[in-house]
Amino acid sequence: MTVFQCVLFGFLIVCAVSVSFSKNLLNSVLIYMSFSLVMSIVWVTLQSPDLAITEAAVGAGITSLLFFATLKKIHAINTRREQEKKDVFQGLNEKNVGEEVSRRE
Amino acid sequence: MSKLKSREEYEKTGSFRFWRWLDGRRDPYVGQVEMKPQTPVETPELTIRERLRDSQAVRDKVYDIENNKSLNFFHRVYVLAAIVYCVGLAVILLAMVAYLPPTGEADRPVNNEVSARYIESGLQETGAVNIVTGMILDYRAFDTFGESNVLFAATTTVLILLHRKKKNQDGRVEELENDRLLEPKRDAILQGSATVLVPIIILFGIYVILNGHLSPGGGFSGGAVIGAGLILYLSAFGFERAEKLFTEKLYKTVSFAALTTYCLAKSYSFFTGANHLESHIPLGTPGAILSSGLIFVLNICVGMVVACTMYTFYVMFRKGDF
Repeated sequence: MTVFQCVLFGFLIVCAVSVSFSKNLLNSVLIYMSFSLVMSIVWVTLQSPDLAITEAAVGAGITSLLFFATLKKIHAINTRREQEKKDVFQGLNEKNVGEEVSRRE
Repeated sequence: MSKLKSREEYEKTGSFRFWRWLDGRRDPYVGQVEMKPQTPVETPELTIRERLRDSQAVRDKVYDIENNKSLNFFHRVYVLAAIVYCVGLAVILLAMVAYLPPTGEADRPVNNEVSARYIESGLQETGAVNIVTGMILDYRAFDTFGESNVLFAATTTVLILLHRKKKNQDGRVEELENDRLLEPKRDAILQGSATVLVPIIILFGIYVILNGHLSPGGGFSGGAVIGAGLILYLSAFGFERAEKLFTEKLYKTVSFAALTTYCLAKSYSFFTGANHLESHIPLGTPGAILSSGLIFVLNICVGMVVACTMYTFYVMFRKGDF
């Protein structure tokens, strides 16, 4: 086992731990993607290049894309426009509450 | 409706009323029951305040997590149990790995007569330079056929779960707008890089599929690469341009043709010889691109099915329709 492989394995462990500890789902998917990418390099160093091609295409590419699409469907990715909408909505609510309180007083 | 009776006579019979009731064509209560407009219920403010106070008291008692002793105890035990479980599992797995025979020894249980046969006479019997492809698509082609059937079942499940009919016009339009929300509209950088990258990616996928029996790779890897290229094209240029290339009809045609070709080719191979090694297809010179008999055809079939499947998965997740 060379030093290069040891570095890659250490990176894999760090990725695997940080996937479960990151609060943001988008970050988790990105870390998972980099895990797959490093894993494909590890496959090359272990002399199985066909697995490396498959890992890079399926693990790093298509699976992560499907995760992104799913996160977007369940509104886990906060886009700027959605955030603005939410801010406006909250501001409206606060204003309404303030008006009601002042009316009662 | 009976042809012997006229329309008015038929409408008086019981069967007409029964069928009308069964189809739900007429509400039996309309015109029969007197409808009263509802009077709005006035609740005194005192009652509302009482209710609010009571519910707040209950909520305080239930959600007072810091002073709830049993909940605290459970939480601590839960964390402790999770840590103990993870550490125990890691220790068991590491101990198992320690008992495995070391890599590269001659007397490992892996080095039996099966792998010796594959390595020694794989090239003569299958004609594939890449022994892995020779094993997957010739010696164990029946297993691979089962795997591609599993993939087909997975695609069918995704289609059943995520496919939306075009009847629901309102929902579809809304979904389209939602979908376009995150899609970059005519992003110059993305479109320029996609113009350069997509042909290279798809060409590389085709190369991997066609050289599956000579170099590393094969149908599945090359198909996945082509699918990723198609997805990049879709993300860069939007559905309107991608739909010109890839329609539902194309998906159905390609999947059906490839799976049927695979099935027929392998069943031919199984029927010609007991261990299907004496299929009378010339193997060609090892190393040439047109060699190794059926493996070349099977690789192309698997690659087309996988590429279509990957693209369809993505489209189903994005839009739910082709």
